[in-house]
Amino acid sequence: MARGLVVKVLVTGVAGRLGRVLARRLLASGYEVLGVDRRPWPDPPRGLQMFGVDIRKRPAEEVFRKHRPDAVVHMATVTHFTSRAEERYRINLGGTRAVFDHSHAYGVQHVVFVGRHTYYGAAADSPLYHPEANPPHAITTFPELADLVAADLYAGAALWNYEDLTTTVLRFAYTLGPSRRGTLASFLRGPAVPMVMGFDPLFQFMHDEDVVDAIVLTLDKKLRGVFNVAGPQPVPLSLLVEVTGRKPVSLPEPLIKHMLGRFGLPKIPVDAIAHLKWPIVVEDKPFRDATGFEHRFDEDQTMESFRWA
Amino acid sequence: MPSWSVPKELRDRVDALELPFNKHGLDPYGTSKDDLKRWLRPAAWMYRKYFQMSVFGAEHVPKQGRAMLVCNHSGGVALDGMLIWTSTLLEFDTPRLAHGMAEKFLNMVPFSATWTNRCGQLTGLPEHAIRLLNDDRLLMVFPEGARGTAKLYRERYSLVRFGSGFMRLAMQTNTPIVPMAFLGGGEAIPTIHNSRMLGKLTGAPYVPFTPWVVALPRPAACQIYFGKPMEFEGTGTEADEEIFANVDRVKGRIRDLLDVGIERRKRNQLDQPVQWPGGSS
Repeated sequence: MARGLVVKVLVTGVAGRLGRVLARRLLASGYEVLGVDRRPWPDPPRGLQMFGVDIRKRPAEEVFRKHRPDAVVHMATVTHFTSRAEERYRINLGGTRAVFDHSHAYGVQHVVFVGRHTYYGAAADSPLYHPEANPPHAITTFPELADLVAADLYAGAALWNYEDLTTTVLRFAYTLGPSRRGTLASFLRGPAVPMVMGFDPLFQFMHDEDVVDAIVLTLDKKLRGVFNVAGPQPVPLSLLVEVTGRKPVSLPEPLIKHMLGRFGLPKIPVDAIAHLKWPIVVEDKPFRDATGFEHRFDEDQTMESFRWA
Repeated sequence: MPSWSVPKELRDRVDALELPFNKHGLDPYGTSKDDLKRWLRPAAWMYRKYFQMSVFGAEHVPKQGRAMLVCNHSGGVALDGMLIWTSTLLEFDTPRLAHGMAEKFLNMVPFSATWTNRCGQLTGLPEHAIRLLNDDRLLMVFPEGARGTAKLYRERYSLVRFGSGFMRLAMQTNTPIVPMAFLGGGEAIPTIHNSRMLGKLTGAPYVPFTPWVVALPRPAACQIYFGKPMEFEGTGTEADEEIFANVDRVKGRIRDLLDVGIERRKRNQLDQPVQWPGGSS
């Protein structure tokens, strides 16, 4: 989408770590930015119109009705690290539905759904470098991701449900960076990081700033379709732990489930242990070809930026 | 064991690999230079001292670019794969890394999962094969699969049914096939019985037994023959009939290579030039 055509972008989940980086970048690039989040952002940047509403409630619809955004970046989805199951389902499924309903009703041209590469799931026989067409094995390997998978598929269905709307589903690799927030950052937050003894899977991650670059390019190019987005080449978990200055704690699998959330180890769902055994690595060439995207931060810069923030 | 303690000759072989390693010595598939060096040390000892390997026809393997090594299975466990992996690192002027297509089982077992991945052995999936070949890597395929390693001692020079997937992949990616014969694995691990029940319990396809019960190999002289490359035109989407005809040509060539190898062993003529099937080279 050429600049000047889209001037008004609505960002859901704007008060989250990526939302804030994105809002600042869009403002700096000359976009008009509307932010929706029920979480507070005490000192939003000048020029941002902030609406402290819940995307699933009526006041959010009023924002669409009154302000008529040209594009929406939907990043108000949550994971097990921040929300309980029932709440998560409401936010991820109800919120995504509301975004598409309102976008369709109030003349939005482009919706960008910010999804996750964990969609593909981690299993012994899953391939490295998933293409977008691969099925969402996360629902069998890690059922607690089912709501995110469903939200991703719902957004994908909008490609033919709402043909007048340009829809992009972006499945991002883990994000890591100075904000120190997000699924991978939460896992690495403590001084000790659990590893399953005898396993050392590849982890694929990208810098917060590169994520934002990819979203802005998606808006600029008015990209349509489902795309994986990744940054530098993946690295083994042991190297990730080492470079981020953490201490690996290698535990036999039968023991690890009893130790999560104790002894300084992060609390992750038992099914997430599969993510500590096998990699989830995506192929991002179609996105790079379509947008010209190039990551600016290599694997070391990304890990270091997280470590020293 | 730190990788710097590995003899220089072996370290140099790994350093000479023409692969896109990053500054941590890792390629995009998780292959690690340090691990290759570390594992090449015991592998080279097994290769040179324990098994007394002889390799013939190394010049038939392309020095660079995509190629598919297609070999018979020999021996109750995938010892042949390890020795071929070692031979491609040690025997060529420019070493190459042979990427095997491993049993899914290996990726489920602690340590083996890490070891296979760091040494370039990915789970046997068509997606992996296509990607590696499109990246101009050297793929190592055993079309007999687990049926092949399950051969008993008396069947050690037989060939069981070949799958056809490798042929479709080679045609789809326009990859030359290097037919190979591996001899001696059956002598090193003479399987007298395969227990599929124990296999079920452990998650492996089967557990082999030898006269000394466990499938630990005894020292045996083994030979590897790299045959002349074969090329197959097509898209890989042809009907089964056509594909299986091509598979049979490769299988026939491997049969010929095995027969040449058996004859040379029998006559004790390993130092004589090889009469390569498919024309002289």
